[in-house]
Amino acid sequence: MTGPVLSVRNLRVEFPTRHGTLRAVDDISFDIAAGEVLGVVGESGAGKSMTGTAVIGLLEPPGRIAGGEVRLKGQRIDNLAGEALRRIRGRRIGMVFQDPLTSLNPLYRVGEQIIETMRTHLPMSEAQARRRAIELLSEVGIQGASDRLDSYPHQFSGGMRQRVVLALALCAEPELIVADEPTTALDVSIQAQIIQLIKRLCRERGTAVMLITHDMGVIAETADRVAVMYAGRIAEIGQVADVVQRPSHPYTKGLMGSIPTLEGSETRLVQIPGSMPRLTAIPQGCAFNPRCPQAFARCFLEQPAAVFVGRSEVACWLASATPVQGTP
Amino acid sequence: MKPERPLVDVQGLSRVFDASKPWLNRMLEGEQRMLLKAVQDVSLQIGRRETFALVGESGSGKSTVAKMVVGLLQPTAGRVTIDGVDMWKTTASDEMTALRRRIQMIFQDPYASLNPRWRVGAIIADPLNAFGLTKGRDETEAKVAELLRLVGLDPADMHKYPHEFSGGQRQRICIARALSSNPEFLVCDEPTSALDVSVQAQILNLMRDLQDQLGLTYLFISHNLAVVRHMATRIGVMYLGRLVESQPSAELFKAPRHPYTRMLLDAVPDLKMSGRQRRMIEGEIPNPISPPAGCAFHPRCPLALDRCRVDVPTPFASGGRTLACHAVEV
Ligand SMILES: Nc1ncnc2c1ncn2[C@@H]1O[C@H](COP(=O)(O)OP(=O)(O)OP(=O)(O)O)[C@@H](O)[C@H]1O
Ligand SMILES: Nc1ncnc2c1ncn2[C@@H]1O[C@H](COP(=O)(O)OP(=O)(O)O)[C@@H](O)[C@H]1O
Ligand code: SF4
Ligand code: SF4
Ligand SMILES: [Mg+2]
Ligand SMILES: [Mg+2]
Repeated sequence: MTGPVLSVRNLRVEFPTRHGTLRAVDDISFDIAAGEVLGVVGESGAGKSMTGTAVIGLLEPPGRIAGGEVRLKGQRIDNLAGEALRRIRGRRIGMVFQDPLTSLNPLYRVGEQIIETMRTHLPMSEAQARRRAIELLSEVGIQGASDRLDSYPHQFSGGMRQRVVLALALCAEPELIVADEPTTALDVSIQAQIIQLIKRLCRERGTAVMLITHDMGVIAETADRVAVMYAGRIAEIGQVADVVQRPSHPYTKGLMGSIPTLEGSETRLVQIPGSMPRLTAIPQGCAFNPRCPQAFARCFLEQPAAVFVGRSEVACWLASATPVQGTP
Repeated sequence: MKPERPLVDVQGLSRVFDASKPWLNRMLEGEQRMLLKAVQDVSLQIGRRETFALVGESGSGKSTVAKMVVGLLQPTAGRVTIDGVDMWKTTASDEMTALRRRIQMIFQDPYASLNPRWRVGAIIADPLNAFGLTKGRDETEAKVAELLRLVGLDPADMHKYPHEFSGGQRQRICIARALSSNPEFLVCDEPTSALDVSVQAQILNLMRDLQDQLGLTYLFISHNLAVVRHMATRIGVMYLGRLVESQPSAELFKAPRHPYTRMLLDAVPDLKMSGRQRRMIEGEIPNPISPPAGCAFHPRCPLALDRCRVDVPTPFASGGRTLACHAVEV
């Protein structure tokens, strides 16, 4: 049995500020296996991007990893810096962000950028890299790839640019791809195409994917497992079908009910009162307690740790109280 | 029985923008003027207490229609009639003021649409003062307090500034301001697109409650079909400036007719993992400055016929439905 591609243990990300230290990511643990898509979902400010950024070592100071470890195929990468980190990024970890223009240099033709990245990381001749770049662009669905190689990023539409970014993320054949809101800026018809593409590439190449999004629909379509984040912690993590169809955490339940769907009824949506707390005002105990319909005394005093409920792990005192069920 | 006159009647609405570079650049680069037909020949009616939703992808012309319907943008052609008054024809200023009071708009970005230097009370009272709807400070303050309660905020919030509120609370403030002139008709352009889903649910529920309570009529704009399904009684689908299909909501979801509508529905992620049958359609949204000839959807359409490449399909109305397609019957 081989171990996970990515393994994150007790990760903490902190920002020292004038008003004290803010904890954006608080004790997060998860694994991603080869060929698996882990969805990371949550509302804005939940800490999704901070988790992703910490994994790829791109936290901007004063933000810092204050605890825990990140391992890529068993090797610790959270304590790497400078050249050692740069070698891993791009080569072993590919990245896709919401705005494709953050990953593309507007001054260079897309072909040059892909070829350059490949040759930095892999022993390849210019001609080999060029051939491979054409293959990659066709693979991500760019028509007439050999002609488009010489186009500049601004000559592509938003959806096409995101395909180019995917090609760029894949070109050095990384073991892991971290994609932060890769479809959020795209129209639905284009979004559906990009989702299919990510899924197919992951399946065909056995790449592990960390897919960060606020859109539960995208997760349901794409991910194998999902981590639901709330106020810097994982509220619930498990198989997508379990979490989506039988959520256990009160927050996940509320969240699922509040999302309008084509299949649901047309009546009122489930409403969670209030909104997520700011980092400066995280409630004591369970951070969800002011909004939770089931909160009881203990929730206001102690933070719940994750326990198994079926195949999912759930951080809620109600789950801790129910007897642990065996794996079905 | 003669059917009630619709509150809102839009006929043949069009808007062209000049998207050319400045004159000098054009001369130097030898380029033609570029006209962008943002909205073309859109007709729709909205009955009282109905919610008409406009859906479509980015750039399809939804916001441009909205701005023409509320009177913020002059149409290039066509007519907007609100309760019998032709909005862009009427010259009587008192008639126009009366109309303005009855129509209000809510925008997508609750951060940008509130003046950060004004207290919430002043923001909400602004339309009250502009239309002279209250007399004296006490009456204005009482009305503002009532409006804040109506949208689920605390009357004491009137003394705070917008930055002290979350996105959802700011959208509630925007709604309170829009309601302060006792309007009958609200045009809502992506009112929840900038909000988190749990907050979106609160705002959508609030908007439905207010509609029931106050008898409001909505033009509701969204790119999200699932949201629209919760809100609309009737839906119009736009593609590259044209209304390609309009139907009562329930029928549209049961039996979408236009190939683009079907494609949009197929693209909605299957959240319930119900295994819904889907047919993915490839292709990009064309550049609106040089849209394809004939039916603008033809390069992506699985049903396209030869004539679709040449003739623009004209909208055809029958049995409460409107459809613009050569291959599909109304
Ligand atoms: N003032 C303007 N000048 C030139 N072009 C414009 C102007 N306003 C809008 N457009 C163009 O008109 C078309 C329709 O724009 P509109 O904002 O109505 O689209 P929309 O459907 O609301 O899109 P979105 O979903 O992105 O809000 C677009 O191609 C847009 O670029
Ligand atoms: N430079 C920073 N200084 C202080 N707090 C920050 C900084 N960057 C992000 N945060 C906070 O960290 C939290 C998590 O942010 P983020 O991971 O971007 O959320 P998400 O991606 O889930 O929307 C938020 O509350 C955000 O305000
Ligand atoms: S721990 Fe308590 S407050 Fe938190 S989700 Fe569970 S029941 Fe609700
Ligand atoms: S008119 Fe032709 S191209 Fe346009 S939607 Fe109908 S069948 Fe397709
Ligand atoms: Mg983020
Ligand atoms: Mg718009």
